Amino acid sequence: MNSQSLGSGHEGSLRDQIGAYFQRLRTGEMGALPAVVALVLLAVLFSALSPYFLTKLNFANLFVQAAELATLAIALVFVLLLAEIDLSAGVTAGVGMAIFTILNQKLGLDPFISIVAGLAFGALVGSTLGFFVAKIGVPSFVVSLGFFLAFQGLQLIMLGDGGIFRVDVPFIKSLMNDNLPGWAGWAFLGIMLAVSAFLSLWDRARRRNAGLVNRPISLMFIKLATIAVLGGIAIGILNENRSVSIIDISGVPIVVPVVIGILFVGTFVLDRTKFGRHLYAVGGNPEAARRSGIKVAKVRITAFIVCSTLAVFSGLLHASRIGSVESTAGRTIVLSGVAAAVVGGVSLFGGRGRLVHAVIGALVIAIIDNGLGLIGLPAGINFLVTGGVLTAAATVDALSRKRSSGSIVRT
Amino acid sequence: MAEPLIRLQQVTKSFGPVDVLKGVDFEAYAGKVTALVGDNGAGKSTLIKGLSGVQPYDGGVVSFEGREVHLTNPRQASSLGIEVVYQDLALCENLDIVQNMFLGREELKQGTLDEAAMEFSAIKALQSLSVRTVKSVRQKVSSLSGGQRQTVAIGRTVLRNAKLVILDEPTAALGVAQTEQVLNLVRRLADNGLGVIIISHNLADVFQVCDYISVLYLGNMVARLETVKTTRDEVVAYITGTKVLEGVNE
Repeated sequence: MNSQSLGSGHEGSLRDQIGAYFQRLRTGEMGALPAVVALVLLAVLFSALSPYFLTKLNFANLFVQAAELATLAIALVFVLLLAEIDLSAGVTAGVGMAIFTILNQKLGLDPFISIVAGLAFGALVGSTLGFFVAKIGVPSFVVSLGFFLAFQGLQLIMLGDGGIFRVDVPFIKSLMNDNLPGWAGWAFLGIMLAVSAFLSLWDRARRRNAGLVNRPISLMFIKLATIAVLGGIAIGILNENRSVSIIDISGVPIVVPVVIGILFVGTFVLDRTKFGRHLYAVGGNPEAARRSGIKVAKVRITAFIVCSTLAVFSGLLHASRIGSVESTAGRTIVLSGVAAAVVGGVSLFGGRGRLVHAVIGALVIAIIDNGLGLIGLPAGINFLVTGGVLTAAATVDALSRKRSSGSIVRT
Repeated sequence: MAEPLIRLQQVTKSFGPVDVLKGVDFEAYAGKVTALVGDNGAGKSTLIKGLSGVQPYDGGVVSFEGREVHLTNPRQASSLGIEVVYQDLALCENLDIVQNMFLGREELKQGTLDEAAMEFSAIKALQSLSVRTVKSVRQKVSSLSGGQRQTVAIGRTVLRNAKLVILDEPTAALGVAQTEQVLNLVRRLADNGLGVIIISHNLADVFQVCDYISVLYLGNMVARLETVKTTRDEVVAYITGTKVLEGVNE
């Protein structure tokens, strides 16, 4: 292809690529950038305001606090991409955990089988929600609101008023409370780098075989170096003893590789499989998707199944962190999950957003929660700030959507 | 004259008591652009929906490449090589050009999307139409102009190995320069050997790009004209019903 007059965005030097990136920013495709900037600013702000913020212990706590929210936000992205919502995700997780507790503690079943039963319940809820939305055409806001109310009742019936059951299964408790040995943290970083490099080289090989231009390979090395440096710093800090007592606490919290694993698999599905492509298409223009032969209802139902199932997993993380299953679990967290996704840059209008945005958004929400708590401000302020950040993020979303669809708002 | 790519003989379609198509004959040829004109309610859309398989005809004979076919659903029409570009284009703005062109027919390799192969084919399809107006095939459709979007929608039909492309009001929402672009594209489509049918209200466009003009009037095909042998006034007269072709009974 020597007379190629059509580009693909892969041409040009490193400088051209960077220029193209800034061009995309200007046209409103900002992605996670505002959230990353917010994250850095908040970190700087809280470091200045509280002596406890920039400590090794708090650094590790932040990851653990964000993990549960990040998992729920990742789950919600699957339905948000369709411009739908699942308000019942939190209480679905609650009922899923109630099922786990009853099977495991009252009936004495194997904990692993009990977890699978909880996850299966999530899948069942997802397919029911999806059926109502995709086949019958009830707005997801209303169906999931109905489920939200009904499941609160189900939790109370299953666990009793004010019921709290301790979770004593060691491997569940260690999810959020234990750490990897030092070497395992480094090994995990090595695996991340290897997988990332492999995917980049795989794509490059495919493009080369098709006779297409590749981006400069230096770009790949920059990306790998960024992961190596940031990951290396994080693991270096986490591997030091952060305990304030005599018992040694060090290592990467086990939940970190778990969440990164979910993020990786989910992103792979969205970016590289037919289902992922169809999910974005249905979110962008359902009618166009239908006319292209995509089974729109099937895609919608699948997205709800993924969402509810992953939500139950986030419930497992919650149970692991607080060490118990309660009859009121999951009532408020779903709105924080939606907030995390939107703050991170996932569009509520559907079709735009990535899973990593949800994780960054969850970190922003967690850092606000964590930082304000350390400063010692009343809890009310926390809600006010989080609400303000969410409103700002939703506004950015609406404005950038207008801009990229051509009708630029001029003031 | 050569064998027509598609030939309709005495096709009819009724919606309840209303006869929308009252026995229409119509033909389109490979390598030629045929205009389908007529006033609102003349039956243009119904004729096209029958061709695309969305709303099958009630009666009459349809032959494609000389063989009689029954167009009963869009998938089957598409597998024969009949593609329709609707006025609203049916593109996903949040996806890029390549993703849109392969929507619903993604190519897979080792179970994952083969982006490289799709990009290569998309570039080739657009090059076969001498498209130069888009900078990158990885641009999001939301960043494209109306004419460029039309280009993507037409390029998609080429990718699907269409033999007959039906364009519904392709220039309705476009400015002068973009209309020109799209008309050039239509011409090239025909020059590449495809049969093209254009539905249009804009007679200037029709006279510029079409080889034949077929006029529908209240469910009857009242005229089939060669563009070089007719005039604008004559076509308008047929459209408005002030002139009726001899041999056609009301």
